[in-house]
Amino acid sequence: MKLPTLRDVGTDAKLLLIGIPVFIWTMIPIYHMFVFAISPKEDAFTGKLWPTHPTLHNFSIVFHQQHYFLRDFWIQFWNSTVIALAVGALTLFVATAAAFSISRLRVPGGRAVMNMALFTYFIPAAFLAVPMYRTMGTYGLLNNHWSLILAMVTIAAPYAIWVLKQASDKLPVELDEAATMDGATTLQLFRLVYVPLMMPSLVAVGTYAILLAWNEYLYAFLLLSKDTDITLPVALGNFLAADDSPWELLMTTGFIYALPPAAVYYAFKRYMVGGLTAGAVKS
Amino acid sequence: MAITLSASDAPSPPLSARLSPPQVWGIALLAPYLLVFLAFVVYPVGYGLWLARHPASYVALYNDPIFARAAVNTLIFLVIGINIKMLIALFLSGFFAQQRPWIRWLSVIFILPWAVPSIPTILSVRFMLNPEWGVVNQLIFKFTGDDGPNWLNDPAVALAMAIGVHIWKSLPFWTLILLTGRLAIPHDLYEASDVDGANWWQKFRYITWPSMQTLYITCTLLSMIWTLGDFNSVYLLTGGGPADLTHVLSTLGIRYLRLDQLSLAMASIICAMPFVLPLVYYMMKRLSR
Repeated sequence: MKLPTLRDVGTDAKLLLIGIPVFIWTMIPIYHMFVFAISPKEDAFTGKLWPTHPTLHNFSIVFHQQHYFLRDFWIQFWNSTVIALAVGALTLFVATAAAFSISRLRVPGGRAVMNMALFTYFIPAAFLAVPMYRTMGTYGLLNNHWSLILAMVTIAAPYAIWVLKQASDKLPVELDEAATMDGATTLQLFRLVYVPLMMPSLVAVGTYAILLAWNEYLYAFLLLSKDTDITLPVALGNFLAADDSPWELLMTTGFIYALPPAAVYYAFKRYMVGGLTAGAVKS
Repeated sequence: MAITLSASDAPSPPLSARLSPPQVWGIALLAPYLLVFLAFVVYPVGYGLWLARHPASYVALYNDPIFARAAVNTLIFLVIGINIKMLIALFLSGFFAQQRPWIRWLSVIFILPWAVPSIPTILSVRFMLNPEWGVVNQLIFKFTGDDGPNWLNDPAVALAMAIGVHIWKSLPFWTLILLTGRLAIPHDLYEASDVDGANWWQKFRYITWPSMQTLYITCTLLSMIWTLGDFNSVYLLTGGGPADLTHVLSTLGIRYLRLDQLSLAMASIICAMPFVLPLVYYMMKRLSR
């Protein structure tokens, strides 16, 4: 084994000088949330870096819904889950069909549709929220889960279509020709050739849509209002309405809420990074 | 085989006859997205434009000091905040390009702000900055014996904190993108420059920057467009306060909406369009190639 030279040690020290602040900067808000979640109520506000008596009591309060702000925790958790999964499934359906149609079947006007979709992708979602809110009222969908599901599909689909189109443009045309020669109908081509080959991109797109919907605050807070209809992020925001809101419980709930998407992100990181970076790096 | 079969029983143009069923399918498969697009993009946008047609709305906006303040805040957020963020991301992409096991581990942790939802972490920061019970002022009191500042009660500080939260959240994403760009630069270029005795600045100036320039500028523009729609960082940290002095355009639009002034909300958004549309058009052209 080669002994490190003085120069190597110097470089490593310089790298540490960057690495340590980066680590602290990244962890502070998350660690702060975690300390609150494991602190008993009386310990929470003393500004300690580690609680004297760490406890899981806050988690038990949240899971048993033993606080005014948490009466509907489980139903809100359920709402978040159902809405996220529905957005994932619907986005996959809409986007896969559209990408297949544009990229493989070369439907006339496909390019125009792709451009319109990209246009939507770049319009800031907070701007679209204003007219969207009114439109959902016109359609009579306010305070209905469908309003949030459809709004999130609208926001997730453009990027999904674009990613899928990029991926399917790479599949060789000969594949479709061979399948058609063998007498495959368009639907068989889609089901038996296209979808299996596109699996990695489909996983990436589905995960993207699910995370987008699970994390969404603005649209959920505009479109849903009843305590038993709202999703978890809106419930977290509602804690702020009162001055005496129990911070330790809010941070515990926030921690529980943040765990599933973080787990999904890390589990599918391979797909996510590839899909995301492909978009921006292309130059 | 298929061609000879179809040619024998169909004297009409064989090509279009063969293409037509897939095209019918093509339209049918495109229909779901088109429906979504028409119902939830075209109709709302058209309706919004219709609502914002009166010049009176723009006069009202012009006379509303909150709007002017929000426009300035948005500019500060974009011009200062985004450029600081992208410069740090460019710098950190160089750091994460170093081949060390511990740096690989750090990069896994570094992505956390991007992987976790923003609401709990923004609220966590909000509590840290609370003047009485927040951990920041507790520590200031412990070490100096003085009361810390009322962080979110000073509009300039509050806006800076919102920008900080935004940077915290999206820095990992852009660092990752720039890192991918950096890793695509052929390594021999650096080895050759080592032989020539180039220092780190010369390497950056003549190798790294020319290869990453386009990517960096594209990322900056894209980040500007998306940051225009960053509602959470400002709304959940400051709520637009104190005294509505830290609004940005995205929170102001929602504020008007909540006050049932829909035409003002739309007008404030339309005022941002001369800035947004060229950027959107440029990005659209870029990605649709």
